[in-house]
Amino acid sequence: MGIKIGEEKFFERVEKGINNDFMRKAVAGAQERMQGRRLDSISTLGNWEEWRNLAEEIRQHTLENLDFYLEQLTENVIKNGGNVFFAETAEDANDYIKSVVSKKNAKKIIKSKSMVTEEISMNQALESIGCEVIETDLGEWILQLDDHDPPSHIVVPALHKNKEQIRETFSEKRGYNKSSDPKELALFARETLRKDFLEGEVGITGCNFAVAESGSISLVTNEGNARLATTIPKTQITVMGMERIVPTWEELDILISMLARSAVGQKLTSYVTGLTGPKQKGDVDGPEEFHLVIVDNGRSKILGTQFQSALQCIRCAACINVCPVYRHVGGHSYGSIYPGPIGAVLNPLLGDYDEYKELPYASSLCAACTDVCPVKIPLHNLLIEHRRVMVENEGKAPFAEKLAMKGYAFAASTPTVYNMGTKTAPSVMGPYTKNGFISDGPGPVKLWTDIRDLPELSKGKDKFRTWFENRDKGGN
Amino acid sequence: MKVSLFLTCLADVVYPASVGKSTVEILERFGCEVDFPKKQTCCGQPAFNSGYHRETKEVAKHMINVFKDAEYVVSPSGSCTTMLHEYVHLFEDELEWKQKAEDLKNKSYELTQFLVDVLNVKDVGAKLEVKATYHTSCHMTRLLGVKTAPITLLKNVEGLKYTELPNKEQCCGFGGTFSVKMLPISEQMVDEKVQHITETDAEVLIGADLGCLMNIGGRINRQGKPIKVMHIAEVLNSR
Repeated sequence: MGIKIGEEKFFERVEKGINNDFMRKAVAGAQERMQGRRLDSISTLGNWEEWRNLAEEIRQHTLENLDFYLEQLTENVIKNGGNVFFAETAEDANDYIKSVVSKKNAKKIIKSKSMVTEEISMNQALESIGCEVIETDLGEWILQLDDHDPPSHIVVPALHKNKEQIRETFSEKRGYNKSSDPKELALFARETLRKDFLEGEVGITGCNFAVAESGSISLVTNEGNARLATTIPKTQITVMGMERIVPTWEELDILISMLARSAVGQKLTSYVTGLTGPKQKGDVDGPEEFHLVIVDNGRSKILGTQFQSALQCIRCAACINVCPVYRHVGGHSYGSIYPGPIGAVLNPLLGDYDEYKELPYASSLCAACTDVCPVKIPLHNLLIEHRRVMVENEGKAPFAEKLAMKGYAFAASTPTVYNMGTKTAPSVMGPYTKNGFISDGPGPVKLWTDIRDLPELSKGKDKFRTWFENRDKGGN
Repeated sequence: MKVSLFLTCLADVVYPASVGKSTVEILERFGCEVDFPKKQTCCGQPAFNSGYHRETKEVAKHMINVFKDAEYVVSPSGSCTTMLHEYVHLFEDELEWKQKAEDLKNKSYELTQFLVDVLNVKDVGAKLEVKATYHTSCHMTRLLGVKTAPITLLKNVEGLKYTELPNKEQCCGFGGTFSVKMLPISEQMVDEKVQHITETDAEVLIGADLGCLMNIGGRINRQGKPIKVMHIAEVLNSR
């Protein structure tokens, strides 16, 4: 699957999203709840802008010295008795993970939520060698049971489902026969998953941040599933994107505080887990074997480019939670496991411009995303930059648009032409004007007037220029 | 104080004289000598946001020249003022033009920002008996950082009953070419905006950017709702 979800075209996906009333209500409600909580929790921190500056600095510093920190991390993981594997591609990562699992003859894998394993389609790779991979994050588990419905949000993957739909899925797939009360549903999930946790032979987790100075990985969850997935099985594999790294525990503290606040409006999540290598002598629990898989999969191509700041992302989804476009079309419309503004920026980079050519335009550039990002990724600017690359470097602009823009630039930099145009336009539009408005415009105006009226163009004595000229004080 | 008016193309081409006229009259009331450089055109935003930066530079150079001798440049648009500020980034590799862009940026203001921050005016002495709400345009609020100035001025308009718009910071779905390129999404966004405006019971929707007003007003008109749309300059110039 990779980052791509489904085969439908962009506008088909959008139409489906727009027509899904339930999903839209759920998204709008969730956005408002999460924004409210986020604002409350950042206000308790005080000086939010200073925290953002600090977080941005940490992320930029780490990215600019990524080679150093990756080396330090690797050395420390090995020193602690763990193994490190650098995977250039999704295939490399999956091959390594399959080889570890095969060596253990493991059939039952328990997994704690991880976006990067979605990105590399790890579950399918493991299933292809006969393993059962069980998602243990509640949202991911629901999606897995529901015939692998793709996630629609980075933090709340099953945001598009309601409790009735969840009850149906549970009853159809697992014989659940109780109500749709969230408490009962959660208890059922807990009881079912507990058995899986106890039987898991290999535990696979993501990694919110790896700490270079100690060779540790850290995970934040509200369900405690990452703790079970990392302490019960004898073998643990952690998969991380190569940029998810912090120099020391001090930076981890700052970034996790900002992640939890930005993502779910909490000061910290219920569980913040730090794990350093396999079980040591004297430890009562923990895995006997630890593998860290560091995934590139297109990231190093972004380093050093004008898009590098996209790698600052800490996957909090704050941009998704404020995005007015996401609000109306939902996560599946983005055609990727990475939806929302950060998805619109990342997908053309991790995927390609052909597959995701509409996404950079699926933004009104309102900049709510840029404003909210805790690590100050200039998301709306990066979307404009994608558009520029598509127009100027990739030759992907439609011919008619190119022509129109050349014409526009000529007119807007040549006052005589501009003035002539503004004088002619009202008479061209005249026949389409009724009661001061144009409701069915010609040519390029047609799309506009499909859903809204356009005011009559100003002419003659109604024009500002005429009014100003007629005053004693003239222009120059 | 000498002020050069940057009218913006929408106020020039689409809207009747009143937006520009009101801007001039308000500024004059507070002692500004207003001129209108006739050679001005458009800020270049349609090309810039569509990714045509080479073309935008042509437009930007023209506009920089038009306003090179101005003491202050004031515009009845948050978005177009933001674009004038953006020229600095556009000329990152052309230092001479970057400096000129910097000069333009330093003297360019959106109307309410100029009134409150430069002229230190909080009450323009306007009077308008109406129940109104105000749409905060995205570029003006988030990129130009002008959040309180328009509200301060509106709250001092005699007779104006102001109700805050629910979800006021949410985009109306204009976004320049977004409004036609992404028509189905833009439609949902403007519908939600109109819904929120309706909830306030306002008779008038006020805004400081004609792009947003053209979008929201156009949709209100299509739906036949009895809500009038006014630019903030028109409101502040009501007596």
